[in-house]
Amino acid sequence: MGELVKVKHLHKEYGRNVVLKDIDLSVKKGEVVVIIGPSGCGKSTFLRCLNGLEEIQGGVITVDGLPVEPDKKDITKIRQKIGMVFQSYDLFPHKTVLENVVLAPVKVQKRYKDDAIREALVLLDKVGLADKKDYYPRQLSGGQKQRVAIVRALLMHPEVILFDEVTAALDPEMVHEVLQTMLDLARSGSTMIIVTHEMAFAKAVADRIVFFDQGEIVEETTDVKGFFENPSTDRAKRFLKTFAYE
Amino acid sequence: MQGLGIDVLFKGTNMLRLLKGLWVSVEISLISVVISIVLGLIVGVLMTSKNGALRLLFRSYLEVVRIMPQMVLLFIVYFGTTRVFGINISAELSAIIVFVFWGTAEMGDLVRGSIKSIPRIQYDSAYALGMNKFQVHFYIVFPQTIRRLLPLSINLVTRMIKTTSLVMMIGIVEVLKVAQQIIEANRKASPNAAFGVFAVVFLLYFIVCWPISRFAVKLEKRWV
Ligand SMILES: Nc1ncnc2c1ncn2[C@@H]1O[C@H](COP(=O)(O)OP(=O)(O)O)[C@@H](O)[C@H]1O
Ligand SMILES: [Mg+2]
Repeated sequence: MGELVKVKHLHKEYGRNVVLKDIDLSVKKGEVVVIIGPSGCGKSTFLRCLNGLEEIQGGVITVDGLPVEPDKKDITKIRQKIGMVFQSYDLFPHKTVLENVVLAPVKVQKRYKDDAIREALVLLDKVGLADKKDYYPRQLSGGQKQRVAIVRALLMHPEVILFDEVTAALDPEMVHEVLQTMLDLARSGSTMIIVTHEMAFAKAVADRIVFFDQGEIVEETTDVKGFFENPSTDRAKRFLKTFAYE
Repeated sequence: MQGLGIDVLFKGTNMLRLLKGLWVSVEISLISVVISIVLGLIVGVLMTSKNGALRLLFRSYLEVVRIMPQMVLLFIVYFGTTRVFGINISAELSAIIVFVFWGTAEMGDLVRGSIKSIPRIQYDSAYALGMNKFQVHFYIVFPQTIRRLLPLSINLVTRMIKTTSLVMMIGIVEVLKVAQQIIEANRKASPNAAFGVFAVVFLLYFIVCWPISRFAVKLEKRWV
């Protein structure tokens, strides 16, 4: 099977600050790639580059064969192939749960509203939130908001979904429900690129681990278990040690 | 009621005159507010522009408006223009010009603040859903901006209504001026009139402004 997301020699800088250096990464359909690394190493920036939220200064990114170029008009077409869930709650506060999730399918993809609503209710039900469909985001807990954000991304039928530390801002007791939703997604064959600091979750969900440090891919392996037991680079070893006392 | 001096209001057409004075205040503020809102929306959007020179220009405009007492502005427009340009504009028009000049700046700043207060993540997640620029602004940014703006601009409106009391300084007979006239005319007969009449004026301002600010509070509760 061909590669869904292909990144070649990606270079990204903010002024003089080089944030991503010569990144190469390909993601196959159905693959779950987990990116880990110390904070500030460029993980969020990398995900934002993937769906054209950031200008890049070098290299090529393609999704489903189409080049991701923020200034081009068809960027909106490409973004529909890429779902994204952010760390901070990003639901639209002036819209209810149901309005949040059907807005883009109806306005962007021009789907019939009834269809979109029907599917939305099925998905909301799957994450246990069907009864909250008329709530406003401020009436939901952090974990519920993130599950709605996941449903909102899913309803667009993206080819790949990007998750940027979606549990980092949650109270501990809500982390589990969100991770469980993601795990279910992974098992149903979705293509996912996940940035997380939850190591046990990373181990459970990943087909491949990518370790970032200072804007570079330092280690990349499909031997997920092996990586967590005995990473081959010192930098990864040192990074994993920081989690040892948690 | 003799003691409070409210009785003078029931002499002749005094109460009617007072209400007419109130209407002058409300009319001037209403016209000014409507124009200020329209111009303020435009100025506010321009204040968020990427063009630094444009931002500086509007920033200075706002500073000037904030530093200058409205009364000075009124005098400049009403007395100054006649002297310097030889144009004779009516007191009412002068008042409206000054209030629009002021209201547009304040409203513009509220609009700018409301737009700026929409967090970047709102834009990001909307773009990430495949929306184009128009859709992002129309469905996401604009409705949230309006929700933040409404209560703030209503407060501005009540401030403008109250500030119209200044226009009597350029000879416009508004509610406060009428009150003074009534008090003057009855100084001998009812020396306490000042208390009663101003109390009624207070009440009138309250009746006009209170529902407006209640409305703002209600909107705030519902939307924020
Ligand atoms: N908008 C921005 N402007 C300038 N520098 C930025 C911006 N966003 C991120 N950076 C810098 O890029 C680097 C990587 O940030 P980020 O991708 O958020 O890291 P991570 O998600 O791994 O914690 C950091 O040094 C950060 O300061
Ligand atoms: Mg990050």
